[in-house]
Amino acid sequence: MTPLSWNRLPKVTPNATYALTQRGAGVPDRLPRPLLAHGNGRSYGDVCLTEHGTLLLTRGLDRFIEFDPERGILRCEAGATLADVLALTVPQGWFLPCTPGTRWATVGGAVANDVHGKNHHVAGSFGHHVRHLTLWRSDGSVIHCGPSDPGGWFAATVGGLGLTGLIQQVELQLMPIHNPWLNMASWRFTNLDAFWPLNREAEANWPYTVAWIDCLARGSAQGRGILMAGQHAPAQARLPNFKESRKRMPIDPPFSLVNGISLRAFNALYYRQPTHPAGTLSHYVPFFYPLDAIQHWNRIYGRRGFYQYQCVIPPEAAESATAELLNAIARRRQGSFLAVLKTFGHAPAAGMLSFARPGTTLALDFPNRGRATQSLLADLDTIVSQAGGALYPAKDARMPAALFQSGFPQWEAFSEFIDPGFSSRFWQRVTP
Amino acid sequence: MSLFSLRPAKRPLRRVVLLGATSAIAEQVARRLVAQGASLYCVGRQPQKLDALLDDLNVRAGSAQRIDGSCADLTDSARHAELIDAAEQHLGGIDAVLIAHGTLPDQQACSADANTALEQINTNALSVISLLTHLANRLEQQQHGVIAVIGSVAGDRGRQSNYVYGAAKGMVAIFLQGLRNRLAGANVAVVTIKPGFVDTPMTAGLNKGGPLWATPERVAQGIVRAMHKGANVVYLPWFWRPIMLIIKHIPEALFKRMSL
Repeated sequence: MTPLSWNRLPKVTPNATYALTQRGAGVPDRLPRPLLAHGNGRSYGDVCLTEHGTLLLTRGLDRFIEFDPERGILRCEAGATLADVLALTVPQGWFLPCTPGTRWATVGGAVANDVHGKNHHVAGSFGHHVRHLTLWRSDGSVIHCGPSDPGGWFAATVGGLGLTGLIQQVELQLMPIHNPWLNMASWRFTNLDAFWPLNREAEANWPYTVAWIDCLARGSAQGRGILMAGQHAPAQARLPNFKESRKRMPIDPPFSLVNGISLRAFNALYYRQPTHPAGTLSHYVPFFYPLDAIQHWNRIYGRRGFYQYQCVIPPEAAESATAELLNAIARRRQGSFLAVLKTFGHAPAAGMLSFARPGTTLALDFPNRGRATQSLLADLDTIVSQAGGALYPAKDARMPAALFQSGFPQWEAFSEFIDPGFSSRFWQRVTP
Repeated sequence: MSLFSLRPAKRPLRRVVLLGATSAIAEQVARRLVAQGASLYCVGRQPQKLDALLDDLNVRAGSAQRIDGSCADLTDSARHAELIDAAEQHLGGIDAVLIAHGTLPDQQACSADANTALEQINTNALSVISLLTHLANRLEQQQHGVIAVIGSVAGDRGRQSNYVYGAAKGMVAIFLQGLRNRLAGANVAVVTIKPGFVDTPMTAGLNKGGPLWATPERVAQGIVRAMHKGANVVYLPWFWRPIMLIIKHIPEALFKRMSL
């Protein structure tokens, strides 16, 4: 079975796949080059895919190496998932200081894409919490590096899309928690203008914030949505019971179940969900990982897959460009199911190619309708590019090379660190 | 069986010896047992793999659990008694043993060379029988315990594509039948585990994917459950039982012409 990324686009087959099981064992010479690590396939697009050479499957590298429960420092192999980490550390009072919206990503993938979470405005991105990395290079050497590494290997590898070599081990600094619960609050906002002040206030008061937007709403309701905020609950909170619901999308429909009608209905209902301005308790699983509750949720988009589109717009242009993006989407009536809006904080980037930077990020997904989708995304590109923004490589299957290069001005300096034995379809697409 | 429960009591798996512990299936069994609070003694052939396994299990284990092990080539049967002694000493007694070591030989190499065939029989059958003989005597004496061995559906009938492996696994299965019969009165359960296709490094040469392939995690879950139950013969996943029932009953006159 050919490995895919989460949006199941593009479908490309490498010359070979090789399952890694032993850290430090390296990769046999007989395997065709270039190499590329593929973890749990949770990125969208082709940063984890290659049409040539060998995909190194890293899920067999999922062992813990050392955990210091006094200081919250965990060293593990890079193929362990964030879920593996949480299952070990949450009962011992430690949480990931930064987590993306799925816990099925691997630790290595979280480093290579320098992922961010709802707390970027206070905690930065994943790379800010990595204490140490072990990087295997295709010439057989091994590089050990940390945030203070003068050679630049650390800054290149964090957010380096797996191109600087194979990340074998990662040492993380976790954050202390008292229990697995969060105090959360939510508010409805009637349009985009109402979002900005509400969001500013929430960010000043809460470590976690994120907003969902109804991107089909037009006119005075454009950009209406729900803002959610949270903080880890205190030790003496009276905690309810929690049982995780486990559902799965059992079939792989030939066409997308997300269409104009289902989307309109979903968005209208979702917008009217009860909000909790006075606050309530939420377990960390539904709070951080609502979609993890449905196994194979990506199947709802049908066999043709879907596109994710996540951009970041610099602060000066954020309000106007976000409105323009929503306009363009509503005009084409290609609304997105999961439109997520969040503002990033001002922490300096951890990696040379880190996506998270000061500004506003909007994440969208669109069923793959061929040309119609492509031309909508091209329109969005224009808005992002004019605003001086960038697209997220971890969620991209199609951005033009020029947009990548303008959004990641350090790409040429970064390319000095690329392992000559590694490459990805993404990198071949966005660089000469 | 208690008066109030229709299910027999679960057998305790608090002190377990894993032989061939670094195999993909055994590693998952180890994680499961550690999560249930067991202490383990792990024997593996490659020192780096064994160290990685022990580090991982130590991170997972609670402070009262003992995780230890040693490096040994289990085809060297002269060391078996000593290894079992060491395990018993470290654990302070043995509740259960899982024998999981083995190789998947290249049938063509075995067909071409008798020594290769015998080596494979030694790894997959004779070394297991030696271990079982030592273990059976000890557990019989203590009057409790579980002995589980990872066999294979391939041991149910010889096929041209891997009959040396099949013969070795079949030999072990028949040996276990006899042992089960002998130890039934001694409160020692003998569990024959017959996995089908499992996605592990041992099967790296095969074309994987499809409904018949199982993950090591799923097989490990079945093994731990079977050991707690003290089951007799377990197919993992379960659907291999009806499949093998059919395969075993195809008349030989027909079977010998099939390409399997």
